[in-house]
Amino acid sequence: MPFLELQDLQKTYPDGTRAVNGVDLSIGEGEFIVLLGPSGCGKTTTLRMIAGLEEPTAGRIELNNQDVTHLPPSQRDVGFVFQFYALYPHMTVWQNVAFPLQNVGLPEPEINTTINRVADALGITPLLNRHPGQLSGGDQQRVSLARAMVRTPDVYLMDEPLGTLDTEHRLELREFIRSQQLALSVTAMYVTHDQEEAMSLADRIVVMADGEIRQIGTPSEVYNTPTDLFVANFVGSPGMNLLTGKIVQADQNVVFTNDEADTHIPLSHPLEPAPAILGIRPEFIRPSTTGLQARVMLSEYQGSHRYVHLDSPLGNLIMRTEAALHFNAKETLCLQFDPEHICLFNPQTERAF
Amino acid sequence: MHPPFLQIDNVSKHFGAIQALENVSIDISPDELMVILGPTGAGKTTLLRTIAGLESPDRGTITMKGQDITQSQPTDRDVALVFQNFSLYPNKTVRQNLEFPLRAPGRNFSNSGITQKVEQTAEVLHITALLDRPAPHLSGGEMQRVAIGRAIVRQPRLFLMDEPLTNLDAKLRESLRIELIRLQRDLGIPMIYVTHDQVEALSMGDRITVLSEGQVRQTGPPEEIYERPVSPHVARQLGHPPINLIPVQNQHKKWTTHSGTAILPVGQDAPPRATLGIRPENLLTEGGEIPAQIEVIEDLGPSTILLVKWAGESIHILVSGEPRWQVGDEIYPRIEPERVMVWPEEKRNGHGSHPLARQ
Repeated sequence: MPFLELQDLQKTYPDGTRAVNGVDLSIGEGEFIVLLGPSGCGKTTTLRMIAGLEEPTAGRIELNNQDVTHLPPSQRDVGFVFQFYALYPHMTVWQNVAFPLQNVGLPEPEINTTINRVADALGITPLLNRHPGQLSGGDQQRVSLARAMVRTPDVYLMDEPLGTLDTEHRLELREFIRSQQLALSVTAMYVTHDQEEAMSLADRIVVMADGEIRQIGTPSEVYNTPTDLFVANFVGSPGMNLLTGKIVQADQNVVFTNDEADTHIPLSHPLEPAPAILGIRPEFIRPSTTGLQARVMLSEYQGSHRYVHLDSPLGNLIMRTEAALHFNAKETLCLQFDPEHICLFNPQTERAF
Repeated sequence: MHPPFLQIDNVSKHFGAIQALENVSIDISPDELMVILGPTGAGKTTLLRTIAGLESPDRGTITMKGQDITQSQPTDRDVALVFQNFSLYPNKTVRQNLEFPLRAPGRNFSNSGITQKVEQTAEVLHITALLDRPAPHLSGGEMQRVAIGRAIVRQPRLFLMDEPLTNLDAKLRESLRIELIRLQRDLGIPMIYVTHDQVEALSMGDRITVLSEGQVRQTGPPEEIYERPVSPHVARQLGHPPINLIPVQNQHKKWTTHSGTAILPVGQDAPPRATLGIRPENLLTEGGEIPAQIEVIEDLGPSTILLVKWAGESIHILVSGEPRWQVGDEIYPRIEPERVMVWPEEKRNGHGSHPLARQ
C-alpha cells in the first residue's frame, strides 16, 4: 500500500514552461527515494509540490491516505530539509536543535525528551552545550541533521542537502544518513543531480529528464539495465559507452557490428537483425588478444583505477582497468565486451530493446 | 632534460597578516601540464596571479625561458589566464570575443589572419556553430569553451587555468577535462592548472604540486603523489574514498591501535608512535585475522565502498563490482603489508620522509 502517491502530477508555469509533465510515483512507508536528474529536469519542482510550496497545475498527491494536493504546507506532515550547514552561530547546539520545536510551541519537557533521543541517535550528546564555531565540520553537519530530524514528519523532503559540502564531508554525511535511515526507517524523498549520491543513498532511484520520469528502480537496476539512452549516459561517471551499429545474424550467432568494423561483438540476446545502439559500461570492457581493435587516445590515472580512452571503428569508448596497467597513446588494443553486461537500444526510440 | 620553461624560485607573498605563499619553488618544463592541487585558501590562485604578473611577490624570482620576469608587466609575459567564472564580454558575439585578444594594441594581425585564427580555434573547441551568437545566449559549458578559446586563439607562451571547470555540471566537466588535456598536448604549450578536485588532478597532471597554507608539500607525477605521499596531509588530498589514517603505537613489535588491537608487525627502526596510511582499495575483504563489522554499504556501480568498524577504527574498503554482503555482516579484512604507508607521528602535519613500509 503506497504511503506517498503522485498521480499524473503536472506543473506548467504562467509563461508556458512545462516543468513537470505527468509524474506517477508510488512510495512505500520507510522507503528512501532519490530523484536524480540534471538541472531543469523538474525534480525540485516535484519536491516543492509535495511540500505544498508550489501549486500543481494538474494531478493529485496523496500522503498517508489523505489527499493533500491543495493543502497549505502547514497542514501536510512533511519536513523540508535544505542544505545542512546553516547553524545559528550565537546559539548552542542544544538551542539550535530545539529551535524548530520551540517554533511549533512544543512544551519544554517534550523538547528535552526529543532532543535527548535524537542527540543520542546521532552521537552528538557531548556537544549539546557547545557553540557551532567550536565544532569540526563533520560535527556541524551532524547537528544540522539533528535539527532536521527532531521533528518526525510523515515524510522528509530533502533538496540537495549536501550540495555545498566538500567531497570528504559529503561522503561522511552520506554514510551517516544511510546508516540512520536503515536504523530509523524514515520515509524520505531526496533530490540530487549527483549520480554517485543517488546510487549510494537510494532504496529506489527515480531518474528524471525534461519534466518526466525516465526510469524507476533500485540503484543496481538503473545502473545495469537502463531503460533508455539518457539514463545509460547520465548514471555512471563516466556514463555508459554507446556505440552505433546493427544487430546481424552471422553463422549461428547473433552479433553486433557496423559497416566500418570487421569485428563482430557476440551478443547473448536472441534478437532480430535491426539497427541498434550497443551500451557497455567501462568496467565490462577488457583488453585481450582478439576482439575489437581500438587505438589508445588517452589514459587517465585515477589512483585506485584507470580510465583508458579509445578510438574504435564502432566509435570512441572508455575502458576501466587496474591502475597498475600502463597504456601508451596510439597503442592498438583488442577489446572484449562482457556479453552479460551488454545493453541494446533502439536508435529511433532511444529505448532499450 | 630540457631546461625548465618556467622557474618559480622561493616566491613568498603576504597580504597583511596572511602569508599567502611561503618559499614556493616549482619548475615547469616546456610542454608540461602542471596541476596545482590544494584546498580553499591554500594559495593556489595567488600563485597563479603572481605568475601572470597580477600580483608582485615580496621575495623570490620568476624566470621564463631564462629571463627574469618577476617585475615584468602582465602584457609582456604573454600568458593566458582562464578563470572559474566565464568572463566573456556580454555585449559581443562569440566571434568578437575570440577576436578581442588578437586586436589588442601591439598585436599586428591582418583582418584575414584574425578570421583564420578565430575559425581554427572555434573548430578545435567545437564552437563553430556558435560564432555569431551573442555571448549571453550560451549555456555555461559553451561559455567556458569560448573563454578557453579566447585564451588559446593567440597561442600564448603559457596557459594559466584557475579551476575553469568548477562551475560546470558533472557530465560536462568530464568531457571538457579530456578536451583540455588533448588541446594542451596538441598545442605543446605548457599549462599550469589550479584545482581542488582530486579527480582532475590525477587525470590531467603530468605532475602535481600539492599546496597548502601557502607551502609546497610535494611535487611529482600523479602515481608518485598517490602511492608515495610524503605526509598524511598529502595522502589525504588524493583518493576517493580518502585514505584510511590510523594512529598506532609500537607495542611489543606490533603496530597497535587505540583500542589495543595489534594490526601489523613493525619494521626496523620503527618510531614509538606513527600514523599508518592504507588506501581503501588496498584492503582485501577476507583472509585477515581481526573481525570487522560492516556499518554502511555503498554500491556505486563499478565499485562498492564499505564502511567497517575494525580494530576500534572506522575504515573504508573499496571493492570492485557489486556488494556481496549485508549491513551487520562480519568480515576479516586483510592488509597487504607492502602497501601500508608509515609516518612517524612527529611528522604528521609537515614535511616528512618517504613512508617506510619495511617488513
